[in-house]
Amino acid sequence: MVHAPTRRELLLASGVLFAWAHMPKLALAEGRDPRLLVIVLRGALDGLSAVPPVADPDWLRLRGDNALQGDGVLPLDAFFALNPAMPNLHRLYRAGQATIVHASATPYRERSHFDGQDILESGLPRVGSADSGWLNRALQNLQPAGRVASNRAFAVGPITPLVARGSAPILSWSPPRLQPAAGDTAARLLELYRHTDPALAVAIEERRDLARIAKGGGMSMSPQKPGEKPTGPGAATRVYFSEAAGGAAKFMARPDGPRVGALAFDGWDTHVNEGAANGKLALLLAALDGAIAAIETNMGPVWDQTAVAVITEFGRTARINGTAGTDHGTATVALLAGGALKGGRVIADWPGIGDKDLHDGRDLKPTTDLRAVLKGLLRDHLRVDERALATSVFPGSEAVKPMGGLV
Amino acid sequence: MRDPNLQTAILIHRFGFVPKPGGLTAAGRDARAALLAELDQPSAYRIASDDLFASGEAFRAAYGGRTSLRAERLNERHEANAKPQMQADGNATPKMQGDGEAMASPAAPPKQVRMPLIPALIYRDEAKARFDAAFQAPIGFAERLVWFWSNHFCVSADKGIVRAMCGAFEREAIRPHITGKFLDMLLAVESHPAMLIYLDNANSIGPTSPAGKRGGKGLNENLAREILELHTVGVDAGYAQDDVTAFAKVLTGWTFARLKTDPETAGEFKFEARFHEPRPKRIMQRDFGKDGIAQGRAVLTMLARHPATATHIARKLVRHFISDDPSPALVERLARRFRETDGDLKEIAIALVTSPEAVSPLRSKLRSPAEWMSGIARATSPTSVDLNTMLQGHNLLGYPLWRPPAPKGFSDSSADWLAGIAQRLDIATHYARRHLPQGEIVSIAEEAFGPLLTKETRQTLERAESRQQALALLLMAPEFQRR
Repeated sequence: MVHAPTRRELLLASGVLFAWAHMPKLALAEGRDPRLLVIVLRGALDGLSAVPPVADPDWLRLRGDNALQGDGVLPLDAFFALNPAMPNLHRLYRAGQATIVHASATPYRERSHFDGQDILESGLPRVGSADSGWLNRALQNLQPAGRVASNRAFAVGPITPLVARGSAPILSWSPPRLQPAAGDTAARLLELYRHTDPALAVAIEERRDLARIAKGGGMSMSPQKPGEKPTGPGAATRVYFSEAAGGAAKFMARPDGPRVGALAFDGWDTHVNEGAANGKLALLLAALDGAIAAIETNMGPVWDQTAVAVITEFGRTARINGTAGTDHGTATVALLAGGALKGGRVIADWPGIGDKDLHDGRDLKPTTDLRAVLKGLLRDHLRVDERALATSVFPGSEAVKPMGGLV
Repeated sequence: MRDPNLQTAILIHRFGFVPKPGGLTAAGRDARAALLAELDQPSAYRIASDDLFASGEAFRAAYGGRTSLRAERLNERHEANAKPQMQADGNATPKMQGDGEAMASPAAPPKQVRMPLIPALIYRDEAKARFDAAFQAPIGFAERLVWFWSNHFCVSADKGIVRAMCGAFEREAIRPHITGKFLDMLLAVESHPAMLIYLDNANSIGPTSPAGKRGGKGLNENLAREILELHTVGVDAGYAQDDVTAFAKVLTGWTFARLKTDPETAGEFKFEARFHEPRPKRIMQRDFGKDGIAQGRAVLTMLARHPATATHIARKLVRHFISDDPSPALVERLARRFRETDGDLKEIAIALVTSPEAVSPLRSKLRSPAEWMSGIARATSPTSVDLNTMLQGHNLLGYPLWRPPAPKGFSDSSADWLAGIAQRLDIATHYARRHLPQGEIVSIAEEAFGPLLTKETRQTLERAESRQQALALLLMAPEFQRR
């Protein structure tokens, strides 16, 4: 069948984009038309390598030869710097269009990826049988204004992610790689499913709607042409991140496009040879930086109305482990970018990184609840009701006040 | 016995693959006996082939060790075949670095053998053998158990040299044990070089071990954590960070032989005493005094016999074979059987198949992409399956063979695969255009589903505008999607 998929396409197939198809009414009434794109980094980002506290007196002692410092970093303020692999984010920061929240974490305090991701994506205060995500529940609490092209949200890739699941309907769309089935075959199948298996009918109906959006939208997420291979270390990842994020932005920038979306990037679990300066992590951060640039470019004029939130399940150990990597930890960074932000700031109630300051004697101590950041964005950017945020979107988070002034 | 009864059809589909023509009739009226008979034939779940490499051999072939002559033959065989499509496994240039510095200077490779391709060639041979096994299985219950355990104890071909070893891992550590004791499978898995490399234990070094004292290297807790969380007791079993750290220390020294120091056995399991963190350890309120490799075996034995492991495994088995929402009563029954028999996996399989839930007419599980792809071949093709078709189908459906997204393995929840149904339609249509079989499509449907075939599906097939369309609709029919 057709050409053999490249690694990039395979990644694309496991990538995720989902979005809501209405415009938020309250924001619209204020003369705004906001976009929110959430990027989940699965595997746990080392926040100390992404945004090193270069002026902390314990920094060099903590990371030794692995401590990013001096000319090797992009300065943010007198205390923090940015990993040199992220010049675009640095440029946005200096233009007041990026904010970094440091020493932040979800309420999860164990160190399992899978439970950590469940908490991050479900928005629940503890591990449970989560079957919906906070972003989906936030959409349920938004008053819808005019409908955009489709009456459902959508997901790219064959697997629906938790953050997108819930009763706000989701559509699945995958970049076409096979000649699609004839409309007549799909119609006959739909008829059969309607009579025998309604859940399968829904799955097929959604795809038809999305094919329509993609066709009308001039989406250029077609498969890579043969012989066109990205080169250099990390090139495939860079291309994939940029195309997935840029593609999402293209959808969302359209006047009839969805306003809210989410993407997930895997691969941040740096147990061995982390390479914050010029290895694996640096390549990943560079790819993420490229993705942010692609979003900015493809959002075009609506970049001014855009907020992008980059979040991860937890951080990593403050010290380097025995294999030049880091193990599962606790607090990390959340990266925010977009023209809608009041940026140019690192927000941190800095806990310190001396031995006695570390959580459990090993991790960066969390001092900001990530839910406060997300609640602030949802309230002030999309105008999600504050009570709903405390109860149905992030249940049990009454005590966690939304962080004001982000946008 | 021309009309297999409904219960037979339910059991064969739930615990096996889509049957081949004649398969339902052959299973007879006592389908439970037929399913369990497969477990008594080791040939039903072992794979023997002269073309396949043991994992150590695969390692040495890839790094130009003593089996490089065999590697040369491997290469010749593939070049003789019509143009192998190297991209089909998704990564034509596997990374060789990072899995052991000792391997940095292998002996000079023989001419003609392009070294980076060897792991990819081995991967293709292993994939072919696995797809063939699923195609040939009479019912496929034993093979389904292999798939279940292989996903439970998954490794990933995307981690360096594991590409060359992932098939061997399944043949060596999983297949021999699916009707044996859980402990034996656990010991085989956790001491397998593919697992030790995949979860970073191969280079984990005790801080006060002889190698650790020389500085620079130390502990990596990845394998210890995933054994607890994913392989045995599960995340809620009440262990803490201290237990993970202590277990990681226990496992220091569990690594593989390096080419430089052990050319004859390179790539095979080795307990490297110089890496091992000495002294007794305490894990989950239990003391483990005896040092060396015995200490790790003792901890794994404790974990295999821990009551939480029995429940964890029982729940996963029920979720996989019967329902996304497992009945607590059945889970408890299987867990009890696990505890009573010291984790005898055959006894647990018997308990599962003979349970009342096994014949429930509610067929709610969506077949995984791998089960669906194998089912297509079994129901419609007289000969074995085309390797590229299979690999590409798996890739497009987000289920690339031996390349799970995380150590947790591929999802076993139908909800997660529902979004890929539209993609299945494209694949089914494409397949129907290329591989139209002889005979009436309705007859193929009757052979595969017997009394499960609904009149709605039959009508849809009969009214199709072409045989191609009828085949695509059959592959997409609810009977073909669910089990």
